[in-house]
Amino acid sequence: MLLNIEKLKIEAKGEEGWTPILHGVDLRVDRGEVVGLIGESGAGKSTLGLAAMGFAQPGLRFSGGHVRFDGTDLLTIPERQRRAFRGRRVAYVAQSAAASFNPAWRLIEQFCEGPEIHHTADRAASEAFAHELYAKMHLPDPEHFGLRFPHQVSGGQLQRAMVAMAMACKPDLIVFDEPTTALDVTTQIGVLAAIRQAVEATGAAGIYITHDLAVVAQMADRIKVMRHGREVEEAPTQQMMQAPTQAYTRSLWAVRDFRRPVRAVDRAATPTLRIKGITAGYAQHNVLNSVSFDIPRGATVAVVGESGSGKSTTARVITGLLSPSAGVVELDGQILPPRLAQRSPDQLRKVQMIYQMADTALNPRQTIRQILSRPLQFYRGLTGRARDVRLHELMEQIELTPDTFLDRLPGELSGGQKQRIGIARALAADPDFIICDEVTSALDQLVAEGILRLLSRLQDETGVSYMIITHDIATVRAIADDVVVMKNGQVMDRGQQAEVLDPPRHAYTRELLASVPQLDPDWLRRRIAEGVE
Amino acid sequence: MTRLAKLLRTMPPTAVFGLIVIVIYLVVALSAPLFAPHGQAEIVGAQFEPWGEVYALGTDALGRDMLSRLIWGARNTVGVALATTAIAFSLGAVAGLLAAALGGFVDLVLSRAVDVMMAVPPLILTLLALSALGPGVLNLILVVALLDSTRVFRLARATAMNVMVMDYVEAAQLRGEGTRWIILREVLPNISAPLIAEFGLRFCFVFLTISALSFLGLGLPPPMADWGAMVRDNAALITFGDITPLLPAACIAVLTISVNFVIDWMLHRASGLKE
Repeated sequence: MLLNIEKLKIEAKGEEGWTPILHGVDLRVDRGEVVGLIGESGAGKSTLGLAAMGFAQPGLRFSGGHVRFDGTDLLTIPERQRRAFRGRRVAYVAQSAAASFNPAWRLIEQFCEGPEIHHTADRAASEAFAHELYAKMHLPDPEHFGLRFPHQVSGGQLQRAMVAMAMACKPDLIVFDEPTTALDVTTQIGVLAAIRQAVEATGAAGIYITHDLAVVAQMADRIKVMRHGREVEEAPTQQMMQAPTQAYTRSLWAVRDFRRPVRAVDRAATPTLRIKGITAGYAQHNVLNSVSFDIPRGATVAVVGESGSGKSTTARVITGLLSPSAGVVELDGQILPPRLAQRSPDQLRKVQMIYQMADTALNPRQTIRQILSRPLQFYRGLTGRARDVRLHELMEQIELTPDTFLDRLPGELSGGQKQRIGIARALAADPDFIICDEVTSALDQLVAEGILRLLSRLQDETGVSYMIITHDIATVRAIADDVVVMKNGQVMDRGQQAEVLDPPRHAYTRELLASVPQLDPDWLRRRIAEGVE
Repeated sequence: MTRLAKLLRTMPPTAVFGLIVIVIYLVVALSAPLFAPHGQAEIVGAQFEPWGEVYALGTDALGRDMLSRLIWGARNTVGVALATTAIAFSLGAVAGLLAAALGGFVDLVLSRAVDVMMAVPPLILTLLALSALGPGVLNLILVVALLDSTRVFRLARATAMNVMVMDYVEAAQLRGEGTRWIILREVLPNISAPLIAEFGLRFCFVFLTISALSFLGLGLPPPMADWGAMVRDNAALITFGDITPLLPAACIAVLTISVNFVIDWMLHRASGLKE
């Protein structure tokens, strides 16, 4: 057995002394085996992953248990000896490669640093090994790829370079901490394939940490589900996917099954919002090229595409933050003035926005009551009792107890609760149309599903129209009536969900769908066989 | 009330010390006439009397009571420094926030004007301005405040710019809020921590600047007691091994250190709040 973590306890320093965050967790990894760790944020996955290197983040401490790596207990030996293990025998791949590379050094220099420090290979040998790994990971021009600086390669390439760097000393174990979470699906599949092939080729064992079930199903031989610093259950991948024994695991599995019933949408009536031939951009560079689509009354339109496709720029044009160089936006058949300052209060009220990061969307110095009262007072002139009544209604609509939450600050709320407040703030304006910009992508799957259900229910109750900006196909399938597929600032395809997606009508839609990881553990193997790079 | 109690309990000893010293200074400054045995301009004895029962800390070059002048000096020096810092802050923060919120032309004009002022060494500029306008309490306060406001401007503008890009500010803009609401409700509360910390630091600098100017003879006009000038007036005593001229210097040093203790603690708390 390569790694044997027994009854590991880790505590975090809080205001009231030390509080446990791992309550005696076991983890075993055999040579050549990949174990997947899955769970919501705060489950202790990353803490456990780092503990495999005998490392606890600042503010955390080991308070019990053992971390035996190849027979040595990493917790009892001095720090100097532990350092001999790190990089040499256990390596770590972080979530954000862009933040983990030193921007001032060429990639190859950073690759060779590990072997140099640990004296595992001389410079020529490690450069040769780098070329070999770069080639294996399908990086362009492997001989010269390493001469580039981190900012000169794409996000997906950088993540692959980081996986290669982790393998520089031929470690026995690699800890992958959400290595593809920050990537687009079309980029993610390439990185997943590269990791999978490289792990198989070098025979290294792995710990793969993620919150995405479909990804872990592709990468792991065995899956451990964690929650609140405890193990929920552990089983081989096939068994875990088909027959999870715990209710919590089943609820994780069921998230992706949420489907809103197909509804009749009146496409003949004047649409809530009509975008006609919008061309817009920054300076000389056009980000959008004659984009047109409709948001039918009471319907949900999902705008999908990878980053840089112009989804968010479209939202900025609709809200008036960016004036288009050509084209118009119509609200209820009336042309909206292009600039925010020219719009009437009523036009502003009708178009509302919900943001991706609830953390930065709510002013941390205002209580929930202040945040929600302002639009009520600003648009409707509600004060005193009338405002309180509406406040309570709003809180009940978003399923939060008014008396508990109204006087809290955003910092005292969880991510999902903050996002609900963001929704309530938009609803407070009684809008006709809400733009939801990646509203679920920063949330755990269970919480995200709750938000999607809430959005659907609110639409049924109020008849508001949504434009949902997302890169997640599962979200589209769950709640969209219509779909607009965008790439490079152009609309590739648009229409009703079934027309666009089932089966995919446009070649790019097909590529997008084929890149979305499936729960079937053989999916990645098949895609590699089909020739994914 | 419990929050205040908790706040006091978790205060480090240095901050407690600093706070106590500041309170003592304030009490002394506010009730100088009660504490001081004599007036600040009153000649009560011979020159350079030694420490003793009649004059606790001796007399100065003109025969004025040293202790009384130290106490009056607290009122003059601290009062002037406080007024100067307050004006510098109002000026700098308002301009900085406007520059950040309005951007474009307003920002350009204000920022370049500040750059020009900052390009000249501040002490030279102060001396120049004071010699042109003539010394006097009001001139002193205005000149030092204007020059110091450039530092506050830069801090306020930089921190406000960071807040201006937040989604909650965009949400307020989309709602149709005016500049006034955005500055006062969305931005200001979120930059108050660094601004308050800067207030303390600025206060120390202003304090030292005024003492330095007094030492050079351009500070508070005589016969007003001022700690900086008092060091200069009695400097000759040092050669006789008398530590009296160091007393006003010590008053300046102790207050500066105490203010810094409190600021350090506040900065620590502010950074802790951000998590």
